[in-house]
Amino acid sequence: MLETVVVPLLKIAVLLNAVLVAVTFLVLMERKVIAWAQSRLGPMRVGPYGILQAIADPIKLILKEDITPAKADKYVFTLAPIMSLVPALVVFAVVPFGPDPLYYVSDINVGLLFIISVTSIGVYGIILGGWASNSKYPLLASLRASAQLISYEIAVTMTLVSVILTTGTLSLVGIVEAQREGGLWFAFVQPVALMLVFIGGLAETNRAPFDLPEAETELTGGFHTEYSGMRFSLFFLAEYANMIVISAIVVIMFFGGWLAPFPNVPALAFLGFLPPWVWFIGKIFLFLYVFIWIRATLPRYRYDQLMGLGWKVLIPIAIGNLVVTGILKVAF
Amino acid sequence: MAEAIVFWTLAVLILGLGVMVISARSAVHSVLFLVVNFLLVAVLYVTLNAEFVAVIQVLVYAGGIVVLYLFVVMLVNLKKAPERYADPRRIAWTGTLLAGAVLAEVIAIVYASVSSDEAGAAGGGFGADTPFAECGAGPLVSCNTEQLGWVLYTSYLIPFELASMLLLVAMVGAIVLAKRHL
Repeated sequence: MLETVVVPLLKIAVLLNAVLVAVTFLVLMERKVIAWAQSRLGPMRVGPYGILQAIADPIKLILKEDITPAKADKYVFTLAPIMSLVPALVVFAVVPFGPDPLYYVSDINVGLLFIISVTSIGVYGIILGGWASNSKYPLLASLRASAQLISYEIAVTMTLVSVILTTGTLSLVGIVEAQREGGLWFAFVQPVALMLVFIGGLAETNRAPFDLPEAETELTGGFHTEYSGMRFSLFFLAEYANMIVISAIVVIMFFGGWLAPFPNVPALAFLGFLPPWVWFIGKIFLFLYVFIWIRATLPRYRYDQLMGLGWKVLIPIAIGNLVVTGILKVAF
Repeated sequence: MAEAIVFWTLAVLILGLGVMVISARSAVHSVLFLVVNFLLVAVLYVTLNAEFVAVIQVLVYAGGIVVLYLFVVMLVNLKKAPERYADPRRIAWTGTLLAGAVLAEVIAIVYASVSSDEAGAAGGGFGADTPFAECGAGPLVSCNTEQLGWVLYTSYLIPFELASMLLLVAMVGAIVLAKRHL
């Protein structure tokens, strides 16, 4: 009873709280980093250096009036934000923060497929949010968003298959262990796959330069234009939680998860003084920083360029990478 | 006991949602009921220790195909009820015929699997002769992914390749239909 019910429930509670708190501080981090990139200070008023802004923002969102448009489909309008947040949180059930079972909720045999399939459910929140608003800009934005998500999902999934070919396992713990045994992060073994997954991840989380669903200059705010208060903030939470998910996938698949750099080099063994989960979370935040950095640097794509990049560049490269990996796997 | 409770709860929910799919007024609502239905069927697969099939069910049906249904339903004008476009008597006839065919198919499958279970009970059942027969360690970690892959690429290689050719032909056909001037 204790092992099968109480311990997993405790782990889930800790994990969910950690993710949601991380998301609120990620929003602050984004505002700060973009401010610094633009020679501004960013939020400075609430608490020292604006740190408490991360707590003030959620309180503001909870207290705001929650409006349902008169012509909206009431049930679907309420359901959409939930359907977009829940998959983003469910994914963390299989993310391993460290080598032993204490650090993950479960290690299932099909971990990677689980992540891919659960994140593919997240698209419903966006489509239904836009449709249920019964308003033209949100509908346009949600059509854009879902077309973008579906197109880039193909490239990302196909690229992940080439990584699976090199490891021979779908378990996330197994993938990290394979990198420890090989002594080399897959970033060095599969550099093309890394680029594809990262670019696809940017597009799947609707982040700049692929943030067309939220192109405020064309669409007045995107699929969540009609949302306010807590329902809006659920969409917001889902977007940032998905950023963490994509960073976690990139770290696990290509940067050795909880491993210290070059785990087999004796001269670097001292790096093991940090516990594994610190390495893991540190690497995740490094990638979150890259996400924000890219948003501060690159302009937005045009819509036809975006679809062209997905279908005519990323998918052919992904197929090529898969074929080459297969040939090398059979040859050696 | 626990398994029976889970199974019957799931069965009632799945059937109930199935009824909701065909009785919902709004087409979008009925697509939503269909998604939940598919997710619950995936849970049913998990209780049968078929995690791979469960995950593929979510990935392909709930995450892929139904999204396309939703697109169609959203983009097609449904202000006029779809029944208005067709002859109700013909719908009733085709419906009865199709339902009868599906029922016959289900009965045939159940009959065939029951008789093959009796035959296979001595042989150890599915995947027993693959190299991965002994790697199912815990209750939550089994290796039917490896077993499935092995069976699919050895015993069922030709049907598998034929199915993929069929999908390719369907895809090319859809592109030709959608784009008259290539």
